[in-house]
Amino acid sequence: MNKKNIIKALLPLIIFLSLVILLYNGLGKNTRLLPSALINKPVPEFSVPSLMNGQTINNDSLIGQMYLLNVWASWCPNCRVEHPMITEFARQKIIPVYGLNYKDENAAANQWLNQFGNPYKDILVDIEGLVGIDFGVYGAPETFLIDAKGIIRHKIVGELNPQNLKNEILPLIEKYK
Amino acid sequence: MNKILLTLIFISLTVSAIDIHEFTTEEQRLDYQQLTEELRCLVCQNQNIADSDAGLAKDLRNEVAKLIKQGQDQRQITDYMVVRYGDFVRYSPPMRLDTIFLWVLPFLVFLIAAIILIINIKRNQKNTESE
Amino acid sequence: MLAEIGQYTLAFGMMVSLLLSLCPLYGYYTKNEKIMQTARPLAYLQLIFMLVSFLILVTLFIIQDFSVTYVWQNSNSILPIRYRVSATWGAHEGSMLLWLTIQALWTGLVAFYSKSLSSDKIARVLAILGMVSLGFAAFVFFMSNPFLRTIPMPFDGNDLNPLLQDFGLIVHPPILYMGYVGLSVPFAISIAALLGGNIDENWIRWTRPWTNAAWACLTLGIVLGSWWAYYELGWGGWWFWDPVENASFLPWLAAVGLIHVQAVSERRNAFRGWTVLLAIIAFSLSVLGTFLVRSGVLTSVHAFASDPSRGVFVLSLLAIYAGGAFFLYALRANKLKSQTEFELSSRETLLLVNSIIFITVCFMVLLGTLFPLIFEAMGKKISVGPPYFGSMFFMMMVPMAIFLPIGVLYKWRKDKMKRVIKLLIPAFVIALVLTAISYWFFGGLNLKATLGVFAAFWLLISGFNSIRQQKTLTRGLWGMQLAHFGVAVFLFGVSMTEHTDFEIDALMHPNEVKIVKGYSVEFKGVENKQIENYNAFIGHFVVTQDGQQVATMNPQKRIYPRQGNPMTEAAIDAGFTRDLYISLGEQINDKGGWAVRVYIKPFIRWMWGGGILMMLGGLLASTDKRFFRHAKRLKQQNIENYLA
Repeated sequence: MNKKNIIKALLPLIIFLSLVILLYNGLGKNTRLLPSALINKPVPEFSVPSLMNGQTINNDSLIGQMYLLNVWASWCPNCRVEHPMITEFARQKIIPVYGLNYKDENAAANQWLNQFGNPYKDILVDIEGLVGIDFGVYGAPETFLIDAKGIIRHKIVGELNPQNLKNEILPLIEKYK
Repeated sequence: MNKILLTLIFISLTVSAIDIHEFTTEEQRLDYQQLTEELRCLVCQNQNIADSDAGLAKDLRNEVAKLIKQGQDQRQITDYMVVRYGDFVRYSPPMRLDTIFLWVLPFLVFLIAAIILIINIKRNQKNTESE
Repeated sequence: MLAEIGQYTLAFGMMVSLLLSLCPLYGYYTKNEKIMQTARPLAYLQLIFMLVSFLILVTLFIIQDFSVTYVWQNSNSILPIRYRVSATWGAHEGSMLLWLTIQALWTGLVAFYSKSLSSDKIARVLAILGMVSLGFAAFVFFMSNPFLRTIPMPFDGNDLNPLLQDFGLIVHPPILYMGYVGLSVPFAISIAALLGGNIDENWIRWTRPWTNAAWACLTLGIVLGSWWAYYELGWGGWWFWDPVENASFLPWLAAVGLIHVQAVSERRNAFRGWTVLLAIIAFSLSVLGTFLVRSGVLTSVHAFASDPSRGVFVLSLLAIYAGGAFFLYALRANKLKSQTEFELSSRETLLLVNSIIFITVCFMVLLGTLFPLIFEAMGKKISVGPPYFGSMFFMMMVPMAIFLPIGVLYKWRKDKMKRVIKLLIPAFVIALVLTAISYWFFGGLNLKATLGVFAAFWLLISGFNSIRQQKTLTRGLWGMQLAHFGVAVFLFGVSMTEHTDFEIDALMHPNEVKIVKGYSVEFKGVENKQIENYNAFIGHFVVTQDGQQVATMNPQKRIYPRQGNPMTEAAIDAGFTRDLYISLGEQINDKGGWAVRVYIKPFIRWMWGGGILMMLGGLLASTDKRFFRHAKRLKQQNIENYLA
């Protein structure tokens, strides 16, 4: 009889402490980061012109090779920040890097590339942002890792940097080679 | 005069949440209103895409309008968005095994509290009687 | 110089809080009446220091001392003076100082309005209040100090967020905080009672006016917040179940539950444990609210700049206050034996069931608000928004609305449901008739609106009925009737505005007319003007109905110098039976065409009106003489008993 009473009396405290633990766990997390809903799913269908040569690129033509798809735009300041990383990565020729020029204008995009260099094997033009929506893009820069079968394996929101390259991208490249 | 022109241009470059979409039926217009109120703006601090001024919100509103005109219903359009952006984009949480507690727990709480209440009233009566 | 004085007074205030936390309790445990009597003077001294500190901060804003970091971050040389004052609580540090000052104010009020209480009681209560002040004072002084300096001094300030340059900021936070902080009083009284190991009806009777007053403030604070969001944000929304809004709603719901449980436990030696528990929960939810708003744990439009280290501090305060309280409850709960002299079918039971409903709703809102956090702990992301909260809330409130009139007429101790239902049949029928009339009058209502309107009439008519039946009406009972009447008015407003409102988005060119639900809206064009500290594009609209001019409306798009995005200032024509609401979008073409949104919102003011009636009811009830009847004889008896 006594034990039951003690548990009943302690119940509010126990429930409360679990609440505190939950709240503590939530501290310091970046609530704006949205994980991709397309991980381990095939690349959405697209068919768009290339910024570099005007020909059409579609998702089928990219199957057979593993690659990074980097979402960028000339109006995006952080894309400028990550550009050296992209350039360096492309230079190492591990896997090719394709670009998705998101909600931009061709003239501005070309000028940006002339000024800062073009590391991309090819660039998809997405003026309306419709391809972006299909990929679940909600801002720039973002980078997708896609394997040779055309399956999206990872997404990085924000700039590519040495940490996420080393901890997230490279191991997955190894895994899905 | 130039200043006004410049400011006007500036305003036009920014985006507002009021879009002009022409729908053929009232049902379509209602669908648009309800969907844009239930879909979340992913780059905002807790707003739906109906009220948000963000560029992505406008893109998504256009997409919703386009899909409505193609004849899709609310469920299909919601699924469309969830496929691309995950459950986060819906303000109405889906009813699944891992979310079922949202609906079950409150009713459980009520039931348990009511039972405890009745037991206590009955037990206290016994206390009074036995005094 | 002034800022440093502000720091000193804050520090002194904190030291007094420390003394207040310790001395009276020391006197209590050593049964030393003289030391116990230091409680009141210490409480007044604490108030003086906190108030001076706060007023110094206000002065720094008025004189525009930009060398103080907080001032330059939230003010500007061209900011109008009334907003300079309200900017004091426009951001985290200043609003925490406001919170602290209000805490000191409530403590002072308790000290003042407790003359008829024995010193052993008042010593305990003020000491607990002192502990609460101490925690928050430490938080402000060490982690959110508004008096810190920036050297070299910036030439001009950053500016107050334009959304906050408004009457809403002047009234909403202070009144809301009065509510949040006021709940610390029933909390302190409950803890004090637990410490003494006894909760008799005197304790409960003494707690009730404080609970009612705090709840009334919270009600008004929430109403003001909703009204402010409505006219400020430009999209006609008045409640979004946003985490910060929920943070204010949670203690409100718990307080409603508490008020109704107190009605029972004051009269009967029963459920005193529940009363104590609810008082602890209500204040804990206030502190939780502050945590949620400032920690960055949940995304919200209202959230202050988030800082995890501040979050940890507030979470620790929550853990200490609520955890300590729950622990004390666990220790002393078995001493609170109950005996009831009431049947299962009685007013007492219905009141308690009502409290359970409100606690369940409170739980639901808390669950929905924290659910994304739970999901994130599992590595997934989900949103819980208005669709969930709205539908669950509606479902849970239906039984409450049905049983309210029954509960009010039910007799204490023992009654029969049949008897009460018989009394209510006329009211039920009249309510049905009125609903049918409304349905016809408004040209058809959807299901939810119909149910809501019926519930409103049901509450209204049965309220009149029960007033007629009452022989004597004390202030307490008048307050109750008024508050319930407010619920009816609120229900009517919310049903009509949620389910029968009308909205249209249109592209309009100058001199174009759009017909919206019988109103003729003519767009006259947009002019550009510089006003005070912003540049405005002002749209001119003339609204007519049946040939008569109803209103000229001038929605604006404003550009403030420091802000990037333009701000929308909607034009509202407020009315008793409807609001007309026009919002300006953007210029679409060079022929003067603008995107425009027009809303008709029926009876929306009834919602806030209902809330204000609830608040008035609560205030009225808190002044009931019954609560202040503490015979001098009793006071002397109490202290003699204790010291013996």
